[in-house]
Amino acid sequence: MRFCKNLFAILAILSLIGLFGNHQAMAKDTLKIGSFLAVTGPASFLGDPELKTLQMYIEEINANGGVDGHKIEFVHYDTKGKAKEAKNFVNRLIKKDKVDVIIGGTTSGNSLAVIDIVQKAEVPFISLAGSIKIVEPVKKWVFKTPHTDKMAAEKIFTDMKKRGIKKVALITGNGGFDKSGRAQCLALAPEYGIEIVADEKYDNADTDMTTQLTKIRATDAQAIVNFGFGKAPAIVAKNIKQLGIKLPVYESHGVASKKFIELAGDAANGIRLPAAALIVADQLPADDPQKKVLLSYKKKFEEKYGPVSTFGGHAYDALFITVDAVKRAGTIDRAKIRDEIEKTKGFVGTGGIFNMSPTDHLGLSLDAFKMIEIENGNWKLLY
Amino acid sequence: MKRLSGFVLFSAICLILPLLFPDNYYVTVVGLTIFINIILAVSLNLLMGYAGQISLGHAAFFGLGAYSSAILTIKYGLNPWIAMLTGAAFVAGLSYVLSRPILKLKGHYLAMATLGLGIIVHIFFVQADELTGGPDGISGLPSLSIMGMAIDSDLKWYWVLCSCMLLSVLFSLNIADSRAGRALSAVHGSEIAAQMMGIDTAMVKSHIFVFSALMASFAGSLFAHQQDFVSPESFSFFFSIELVTMVVLGGLGSTFGAVIGAFILSILPEVLIVFEDFEVLIFGAILMVIMIFLPEGLFVALKNKVAAFVAKRQEEGVDGPS
Amino acid sequence: MDQLLQFLISGLTVGSIYALVALGFSIIYNASDVVNFAQGEFVMIGAMSAIFLIKAGVSYPVAAILAILITAAVGLALDKFAIEPAKNATVVSTIIITIGASIFLRGAALLIWGKEIYGLPPFTTNDPIKIGSATILPQNLWVMLGTGVTVFAVKYFFDHTKMGKAILACSFNKKAAYLVGINVRRMLLVSYGLSAALGAAAGLLVTPITFMSYNAGVMLGLKGFCAAILGGMGNSMGAVLGGILLGIVETVGAGFISSGYKDAIAFFVIMLVLFFKPSGILGKGETERV
Repeated sequence: MRFCKNLFAILAILSLIGLFGNHQAMAKDTLKIGSFLAVTGPASFLGDPELKTLQMYIEEINANGGVDGHKIEFVHYDTKGKAKEAKNFVNRLIKKDKVDVIIGGTTSGNSLAVIDIVQKAEVPFISLAGSIKIVEPVKKWVFKTPHTDKMAAEKIFTDMKKRGIKKVALITGNGGFDKSGRAQCLALAPEYGIEIVADEKYDNADTDMTTQLTKIRATDAQAIVNFGFGKAPAIVAKNIKQLGIKLPVYESHGVASKKFIELAGDAANGIRLPAAALIVADQLPADDPQKKVLLSYKKKFEEKYGPVSTFGGHAYDALFITVDAVKRAGTIDRAKIRDEIEKTKGFVGTGGIFNMSPTDHLGLSLDAFKMIEIENGNWKLLY
Repeated sequence: MKRLSGFVLFSAICLILPLLFPDNYYVTVVGLTIFINIILAVSLNLLMGYAGQISLGHAAFFGLGAYSSAILTIKYGLNPWIAMLTGAAFVAGLSYVLSRPILKLKGHYLAMATLGLGIIVHIFFVQADELTGGPDGISGLPSLSIMGMAIDSDLKWYWVLCSCMLLSVLFSLNIADSRAGRALSAVHGSEIAAQMMGIDTAMVKSHIFVFSALMASFAGSLFAHQQDFVSPESFSFFFSIELVTMVVLGGLGSTFGAVIGAFILSILPEVLIVFEDFEVLIFGAILMVIMIFLPEGLFVALKNKVAAFVAKRQEEGVDGPS
Repeated sequence: MDQLLQFLISGLTVGSIYALVALGFSIIYNASDVVNFAQGEFVMIGAMSAIFLIKAGVSYPVAAILAILITAAVGLALDKFAIEPAKNATVVSTIIITIGASIFLRGAALLIWGKEIYGLPPFTTNDPIKIGSATILPQNLWVMLGTGVTVFAVKYFFDHTKMGKAILACSFNKKAAYLVGINVRRMLLVSYGLSAALGAAAGLLVTPITFMSYNAGVMLGLKGFCAAILGGMGNSMGAVLGGILLGIVETVGAGFISSGYKDAIAFFVIMLVLFFKPSGILGKGETERV
C-alpha cells in the first residue's frame, strides 16, 4: 500500500511539473485546419490540385515554424464529390477532429450541403466552390475564394456586347457547376440585351453532342456558350468543328486547365473563356500587383507536381487568408479568426485582390477575371 | 420467444451504445447512416430475399420519399408528418401501378426495368430544377417534432432512427413466419408451383413490391429531415446497387443478413478512409473476398457454420448443451 | 428534316459504341448466365493501357495489341482468382463478385494511371466526311466497322466452332456439359479472357471519340448492359440491334423532345419494349423448369 501511495505522490509531482513546463517551453497549441475535397470522382480535376496546394504550403509553413508559433495540423477527407459524404466528413471534422478552420467543399453542391452544419457549430469555413449561392445571402461563418459563376456569365456577356453579339445558344451539362452557370446566364442575359435562342443540355458522361449542336446550328444564334468541365467541353469543341459551325464559342472558367487544350486539340483554337490570371501569369504587365504571387505559386506547384491550374490557386488564397487572419487575431479562437477573415483587405491572391466585408464574403471584383482566348494551343490574355 | 432472442440481443446493443458513448462520432453520426441503410436493406430483402424479385431501382423510392418531404415542407409549407404521409401515398400509388408490368419480367430483364425506373427518377431530380433544386438539391428542411419536442440533436435522432430501424427489423422477422411470408417463399421457390397451389403470385409479388417501396419512402423522409438536405446523388443507381450488395453480402433472405450487410457497407468507407488512395481498391477486394469464400452471405454462412458445429458436438456427445 | 439525317447518323455513331460494349457482355453471359459488371472496366483498362504504352514510346499498333493482351490477362485473372474459387456461388452472388471486381479494378486503375482524362489519336485522318447536310468522323466509321467485324466473329464463334458450342453448352447445363466431356472450368476461363479482349478492343476504338479516364468504364458498361438487354441478352445480333436502337432513341429524343431528358426517354422506351417483349427484341422467351 505504501508503495502505491508513494507512486501516487511522485506521479502528482511529475504531472505538476509537466503542466508548469507546458507554459514555459512547449510550443503553442496547434492550429487545426480541416478540409474536405473532391479528390477523386468527376470533380477530381478541381479537388486534386487543391489538396496538393494545401499540403505543399502547410508543409512549408510548418518547416518555417508555423503561424505565429502555432504549427498547423492538417486533416483531410475525400468526398468524391458527393454531398452526403461532404456532410458526413464535415461532421467528422467538427465532432471528431475538432478543427479550428475548415477549407474545402470543392463543388458547389458539397459546399452548399455543409453550410448549415458549420453555421450551427460556429466554425469558420472557406469554400473553394463557384456558386454565388454560397455567399449570397451572406452567412456569418461562410467565406469563399473562387470567382462566382455569376461573374463568369457577366464577363462573357460583357465581351459579347463588345463584339455586338445579341443572340446566344446555351449548351450545358447536368452537373452542379454546369446547371448553376446556366441559371446565371439565363438570369443575366436580359440585362445585357442578349436573347438566349437555344438551351440545350447533355449528360457529363455523354460520348457525343452533335445532336444538340445540330439543333443549335438551325437557330439564328450568333455565338455558343458552354458551361461545363471535364471531358464534355472537349467533346463539344470537337463536335462543333466536326459540324463545321463557325460561330464564336465561349467556355467557362471550368476548362481553365491545359488538359482541355490537350483533349480538344486544334478544335480549342479561337475559343474564349473568362479565367483567373494564373494561367496567363507570364503575359501580365510587369507592374501588375498579382504577377509576383502568381509566378511564385506557379513555379512552386510546377516544380513539384506539373502543370498548374487555377483551381489549386483557390486553395492557396483560402489558406493564406486564414493564415493572415490567425496572425492578426493572435489566437486560434474560432470566433476571432472569423472576425479577422471578414476584415481581409487588399490581400493579393491568385484569384485577384480580395477585399472582404460584412456584406461581401468573397471580396473580388469583376476585373479579377481575365478574358482569355485560345490561340495555337495556348492561352492568350485579351484583357 | 427463442425465435426473437437474436432480436432482443440486437436491440439491447443498439440501445446501450449511445448511453455508453453519447458523443462518439461512430455512434451518433455514422450510426444514423447505418440505421437508414438497415431499414433500406431490410425492405429490399423483403423483395429480393423473400419474394425472389431483384430490384436495381430501390434508391428511387428512397429518393421520392426524401424529395416529397423536402418539397412539400419547404415549398408548400406542409407539416412534416403530413408531407411524409403524402410522399408515402404517392410512392405507394406509383409502385402499385408499376408493379404489375415490371414484375412480369424475370432475372436480368427485371433488373433492367428496375434500373431504368431508378435512373429515370434520378434524371428527374437533376433536371427538374424549379421543383427539385437540380444537382445542388434542397436544404433547410424544418425539423421533425414528436409531441411538441423537436428532434434537433444527433442523440435524439439516434433514438428516433434506432426505433424505426428496430421496428422494421421486427416486422421483417415476423413477416417470414406469417401466412404472407409462406406465400412469399413459395413464390421464391417456384412461381409455377405456387400458382398451382392457388396462390395469386402476381398479387403477392405486387403487394410486397409496394410494401418494400413504402418502407423505402419512409426511410427517405426520415433521411431528408435528419440530413436537413436532399440532393440527387444520394439516390443514384450506384446507391441502388450498393443496397443490393448489402442484402447479398449479408445473406439473401435473412433479415439479420440484411442488417449485417448494411452495417458493413456503411462502416467500411469510414474505416478505410485512412488508406486514402487505396480505399477504393481495398473496398472492392473485401467485397470480392467475402463473396468468394462465403457465397451464401456473411451472416447466413456464419449461422450455418455455427449450427453445423453445434450439431456435430451434440452428435459426438461431447459436452453438448443439454 | 435535314436535322433528322444528322440525328440518325449521330444515333448510329453513339449506338455503335454501345453495341460494341454490349457484345462483350454476351460471351460471359452465354457461358454462365452471369452479367459481368466489370465489363466496362475491361473497356477502360484496354484504353488506358494503350494510352500509357504509347506515352512510353511504343508504336500505336504494338500498343494496341499489347493492351488487348493485358486486358485479356486481367480477364483470365478475374476468372481464376475470383470466379473459379467461388464455384458454389449462385448467379446473384457471382454478379456481386463482379461488382466487387469492378470497384477493385477501378481502384487499381486510379493508383496506376491517376485521375486525369486522356485521349488517343484517331486511327486515320480527322476530317469529317459529309453525307448530304450531315457529317460523320472517320473514327466513327472505324467503330462501326469494328462492331460489324466483332458481331460476325462472335456469331461465328458460337455457331460454328467447337469451343463456342461447348461454352454455350455450359450455360444450358453445367453438369450435362461436364458429362459429355467438356472442361467447364476451362470454358469459363476462355470466356472471361475473350470478353476482356473484346472489351479492350472496344476501348481502343471509342477512346479517340470519347476520351478515357479511370472511372469512364462505368457509364460505358451501363449503356452496354442496357443495349444487350434491349436486344436480348446473349444474342450477338440483338446486342448490335439494341445498341443502335438505344443510340437512335437517345439522339432523336434529344433532337425532338428534350436533350435534358434524353436518357430518361431512352430508359422509358427500353421499359416499354420489355413490357411487350419480356426477353428483349431478339431474345428467346425463357421457360421455367418446374
